[in-house]
Amino acid sequence: MSKTKDYLIERNGKKYEVVIGLEVHAQVLSESKLFSTSPTKFGSEPNTQVSLVDAALPGMLPVINEFCIKQAIKTGIGLNAKINNKSIFDRKNYFYADLPQGYQISQYKDPIVGEGSVVLDLSSGSKTVGIERLHLEQDAGKSIHDIDPKNTLVDLNRSGVALMEIVSKPDLRSPEEVNVYIKKLRSIMRYLGTCDGNMQEGSLRADVNVSVRKQGDDKYGTRCEIKNVNSIKFMQMAIEHEANRQVDILEEGGKIDQETRLFDTKKNETRSMRSKEDAHDYRYFPDPDLLPLEFTNDYVESIKKEIPELPDQKKTRFIKKFKLSPYEANILVSDLDTAKYFEVVIENSDVKLSSNWITGELFALLNEKNLEITESPISAKNLSKLINLIKDGTISGKIAKTVFEIMAEEDKNPIDIVKEKSLKQESDPHELEKLIDKVINENQDKVEEYKSGKEKLFGFFVGLTMKVSGGKANPQLVNEILKKKLK
Amino acid sequence: MSDIINFNLSELVLNIKNKKISSTEITKAYVERSDKSKHLNSYNEETFDEALKKANEFDSKPDFNKMLPGIPIAVKDLFCTKNIKTTASSKILDNFIPTYESTVTQNLWNQGAILLGKLNCDEFAMGSSNETSYFGNVISPIDKNLVPGGSSGGSASALAAKLTPATIGTDTGGSIRQPASFTGTVGLKPTYGSCSRYGIVAFASSLDQAGPMTRNVKDSALMLEIISSFDDKDSTSINFKRPNYTKDLSINIKGKKIGIPKEYRVDGMSKEIENLWENGKNYLKDCGAEIIDISLPHTKFALPTYYIVAPAEASSNLARYDGVKYGFRNEGENLIDMYEKTRSEGFGDEVKRRIMIGTYVLSSGYYDAYYLKAQKVRRLIKNDFDNAFQSVDAILTPSTPSSAFKIGEKLNDPVSMYLNDIFTVPVNLAGLPGISIPAGLDKKGYPLGLQIIGKAFDEQNILNIAYSMEDKINFKFDIKDWWIK
Repeated sequence: MSKTKDYLIERNGKKYEVVIGLEVHAQVLSESKLFSTSPTKFGSEPNTQVSLVDAALPGMLPVINEFCIKQAIKTGIGLNAKINNKSIFDRKNYFYADLPQGYQISQYKDPIVGEGSVVLDLSSGSKTVGIERLHLEQDAGKSIHDIDPKNTLVDLNRSGVALMEIVSKPDLRSPEEVNVYIKKLRSIMRYLGTCDGNMQEGSLRADVNVSVRKQGDDKYGTRCEIKNVNSIKFMQMAIEHEANRQVDILEEGGKIDQETRLFDTKKNETRSMRSKEDAHDYRYFPDPDLLPLEFTNDYVESIKKEIPELPDQKKTRFIKKFKLSPYEANILVSDLDTAKYFEVVIENSDVKLSSNWITGELFALLNEKNLEITESPISAKNLSKLINLIKDGTISGKIAKTVFEIMAEEDKNPIDIVKEKSLKQESDPHELEKLIDKVINENQDKVEEYKSGKEKLFGFFVGLTMKVSGGKANPQLVNEILKKKLK
Repeated sequence: MSDIINFNLSELVLNIKNKKISSTEITKAYVERSDKSKHLNSYNEETFDEALKKANEFDSKPDFNKMLPGIPIAVKDLFCTKNIKTTASSKILDNFIPTYESTVTQNLWNQGAILLGKLNCDEFAMGSSNETSYFGNVISPIDKNLVPGGSSGGSASALAAKLTPATIGTDTGGSIRQPASFTGTVGLKPTYGSCSRYGIVAFASSLDQAGPMTRNVKDSALMLEIISSFDDKDSTSINFKRPNYTKDLSINIKGKKIGIPKEYRVDGMSKEIENLWENGKNYLKDCGAEIIDISLPHTKFALPTYYIVAPAEASSNLARYDGVKYGFRNEGENLIDMYEKTRSEGFGDEVKRRIMIGTYVLSSGYYDAYYLKAQKVRRLIKNDFDNAFQSVDAILTPSTPSSAFKIGEKLNDPVSMYLNDIFTVPVNLAGLPGISIPAGLDKKGYPLGLQIIGKAFDEQNILNIAYSMEDKINFKFDIKDWWIK
């Protein structure tokens, strides 16, 4: 296991290491909430997805949604983690306007998933990050402070939605590792279909724990927790700011107070939310409305059978079977839909060309249009056909780009496009000879120069021939014929 | 008409099925009597007009296959009733009208019963005298100075005063059995998980259980048969085969082994209670049962355990009454201020006392010493019963350490009030069924009850034992109607 390039903060000739642990809140992909049958659709009208249970009316009781349990177990398996056959739901008591019960149902001492690990692919090699635990809990509602000038409004649509809190060990050492870790978690959960990982919609958020220590120290420094950061970029900015803040304090001879901090995205700084002394006493205790959650090994085994090929396994297979480089394989497997797209394309096409076109042209196109690969204007089948046209010499790579651009506008069969626009590559030696003869005749001066030793001019003839042919000439043949003619 | 109110529930059902009386006649009789009985303060909410309308509807299209055909019944105001104000006798829910029905009450209506009204109780069922109600204390029909017991005091008072032919209460630490004992009626707390808690305003979730309060044992069997059901809306509801309690009701208890726990002979127990218990044993022997001395060694820890577990759960269960979503709100400067003003005005003293106890025992640094330890002791108490039931079929104890006390007597002495639950609380902690039946009078002429405790889900057995004892005891108490002018 090789280590990533060290991310260190230097101050007055001293080097500080940054230690990071994440508590990721991942919304369980489920039609209904953790303890009620209300739907979970994002973006619905406020307070339209709220049952009597979600609004905590008197006498209402939580009933566990078995599907969410299954999703948590699946995720645990995907994190190579220990699945606990018995776990307990606890009440976390605190008052807030968007917490209708006055407590959040969560798991405290006995979570559904125990220790596991995630492998990160870093530019410097791979690194294993430990998972401490995964537990299930309810999301709260949303307080809206900026609609009514006098009152706070509350939207309970999210109230009771199932979240998985995935707690990492303090194994991360840089903002870049955090980036790769979050992406890997998201990739695994999307493969499993347990979380859509959509950070814009809040399906994936994290509390970030940051501490610093002098390089070489083996004791952790005092940590600060930065609450509820909802994008990777903000996580990285928050870590950078927070780590530097802590180093500054230490360098000035101060000490770090353990506290909860907020990241202000506008000012790019963290600030204190509450100190350890002010920390809530949540008065956790087992929820008496719910029995301990118990299931058999057989149940877990039956879920294991539903687990698809996960990114790490897929990567290994791609490298072995398709002779892709680890780098290429990594890019192709990180998103399940990309991997699926790739596998459709290569069913009938050259692997190397497919990989290049997907990670090159297609990614650029999707990026430019801000689309997911599932929304790609070019279907995998048509891209496969385009690649075959290149491979069998019907069109050149350059013409292929033109065809690709047309395909991006309308997902047409590239064979038809080539036909309609007469873009077929000229590979008839007689036709090409005619063209080349014309080029030579019209540029006798250059021919003389070439023959007298200015061999660089060969490129000039190739380029001119291609230009005259409207790009359709088979470049390989043009090369061969020109070489002969200019001898 | 006076006959009607003197019929017990089973007789009413029979008479209505035989078309001797109509639902309207019964309902009218109870409405009229209830109207004249406001002095007792048993009702929080009267639904008399609606009840008469429903009775009329029933009579025009009667369905005699129902188990409670056209029978009017008033219920404790802790059961949520659709479109009918449900307050738990608290100011904080003074304006609360549920859009839903509790499973237990729904079971009653499904069998043809008609809601007569909502009965007073201690606020959030916290009390043993029905003096903590926001709507004022309830008076016992036994005597004008007496409490009816609590927390189902309105239910006990209404039942004993014949303002309803039967009723339902809830029992967290004795709230059915103690008021039944105080008013000379029958009160049954079923096994935890027998009756759904869905739609019942929660006090202490791991202890709360609904149950019947009736004039005799047979009526309790009938009511239990109706209200007990498996409910997937309550995760603690238990799916077991529910017997036909009325059909299998029998006075044959020959050879049954009845345990007498020595730890229930508490210090300072009155001679009257001793005698009552002694008589109970003799009745059982007369019925052919065998009396066996047993030990429940952790009994003395039951009350302190209960007063940790129940307030802990309550402190959390009552957090939802915050003025944000429904119920009473007192506006404040900001959210915290609104919470403080709402909750300090919305809750009464006893409720606040228990919220504070509960919050304290769950606090970090105290959790292990109180809540966790209490849970361990609770397990030991349950083990005591499990061990005892290796050798006996049921256990006989007094229901309460004394007869009903006077209004105001214990209001300012919470500990003395809590001691009232000493014989009932262990049963809730162990999740077992227990029934209190009237068994005699003390020297003041006030009713006293005996409690029969059974194994989990063995309600049939304790009903049979109670049924046979009832036969022997032949308890009589003439309610004098002193409050009716």
